[in-house]
Amino acid sequence: MFYKLYIKIDKINKIYTDNHSKEVKVIDDFNLDIEKGEFLCILGVSGCGKTTLLNLLAGFEQATTGKIYIDGKEVDGPSPNCIMTFQNFGLLPWRTVQKNVELGLEAKRIDKKKIKEIANQYIEMVGLSKFKKYHPSQLSSGMQQRVAIARALCVEPEVILMDEPLGALDSITRMKMQDEILNIWEKKKNTIIFVTHDIDESVYLADRIVIMTPHFGKIKAIIDVDLPRRRDRTSIEFLKFIDKVFVQLGLNK
Amino acid sequence: MLKKSLNILIGFSILLIIWQILVVFGKYNEYFLPSPIKVFFGIIELITDGSLFIHIRISLFRFFVGYILAIFAGITLGLLLGWLTKLWGVIDPIVQFIRPISPIAWFPFIVLWFGIGDLPAIVVIFIASFFPILLSTISAVQKINPIYLKIAKNFGIKQPYVFSKIIFPAAFPYIMIGLHLALGAAWIFLVAGEMVGAQSGLGFLIIDSRNNLRTDLVLAGIIFIGVLGVILDKLIKILENWILKNWGMEPSEKDVL
Repeated sequence: MFYKLYIKIDKINKIYTDNHSKEVKVIDDFNLDIEKGEFLCILGVSGCGKTTLLNLLAGFEQATTGKIYIDGKEVDGPSPNCIMTFQNFGLLPWRTVQKNVELGLEAKRIDKKKIKEIANQYIEMVGLSKFKKYHPSQLSSGMQQRVAIARALCVEPEVILMDEPLGALDSITRMKMQDEILNIWEKKKNTIIFVTHDIDESVYLADRIVIMTPHFGKIKAIIDVDLPRRRDRTSIEFLKFIDKVFVQLGLNK
Repeated sequence: MLKKSLNILIGFSILLIIWQILVVFGKYNEYFLPSPIKVFFGIIELITDGSLFIHIRISLFRFFVGYILAIFAGITLGLLLGWLTKLWGVIDPIVQFIRPISPIAWFPFIVLWFGIGDLPAIVVIFIASFFPILLSTISAVQKINPIYLKIAKNFGIKQPYVFSKIIFPAAFPYIMIGLHLALGAAWIFLVAGEMVGAQSGLGFLIIDSRNNLRTDLVLAGIIFIGVLGVILDKLIKILENWILKNWGMEPSEKDVL
């Protein structure tokens, strides 16, 4: 199904020192291989270390010990090849939709006309062509997250890290956005690492679900979701996978 | 809008009536408080001989030179000190010490260093507006949402573009609040600055009229200082709302007049 080993997380440990100079282990001996073009969901409760893991993958933070390799290269800092999106979208409120999407392209040496062209292409892809001149505050949360996704896509990153991107949306908008993310992923074939605490969401989206233990940033289980795409949330097979996750989280009675 | 104009009309009518009553029933020399009519003719006199406009022009010139210099200095230093938090830690106590000192207290030195004429008034205005702008810029930079900086790093945006594309625009709406505060403070000290060192301007008009025992002209000067102060405040409010709107934020007040 996948092409090759792409991301290697090799014996990662992350230790923070808290206010009382006590050491807190957030990620404990974490190993994971991710393949190119894979849609991976990391599922866990708040405080299980999943956001820290994304920060390490994005290069915003450095692991205490261990290394992460993307495409054979060690991650030593943030890179446009690996773009992160946030729960609160992280749009720049003073920029219009158009200008927000153009932000990532401005750092590259491309001329303005070309920048506009590329941005327009991705704004169209997320269906916001009519809203190019709007400011983020004038858009709904779902539209704001689409702007953030367009902005991430237009620098053509190999990897997109999504930190609970749909957490701020209502459940109906959320389901629609899940389909849109799948549409884009099928078209662009990026590797997506998607952090969530929503069980249904992870079973609907993921090729593989990595379930975290509640503390200490360890892997509890990995579940292969080998259902055909455009999964039916109400089908028996789908519910079976939900149940598998429930078992791992100790939620089934 | 209509209601607001009506309120203005009623308020000032009451003020004028009380003033006139004081003049009619007060048993004192007219010199202590000239009547509204006398002040009105005083204003006419200043307008017809053209001196009023000369004073206003000179005052506004000094005001804007001092204020705009303070904007450049305050914002530039504020962006730097807001970013270099360790340096600001050292400079902050000094600023806290200097800030509460009235710019007028520096006047003996200002005259020694800058002589007389336009410069002392400009320096006073500069000092009065510099600190509010500096402090609001620093706190604006320190309050920037860290996610914006994370995004800049992620997309590979480097200095000086992090300043020009992220830090300055993110801080700007809050800097604007400082500019508004500074405008008011600077206008107050304009008059004080012109009373001591200058030979022209609205502050000088007041002192000069007092020396000639023309208290009607003193009041005329005061009225114009007030009117210009209100106009400047309205203008910056309009600018502020325009900026907030273009920054994707809702203006705090829709009806600026």
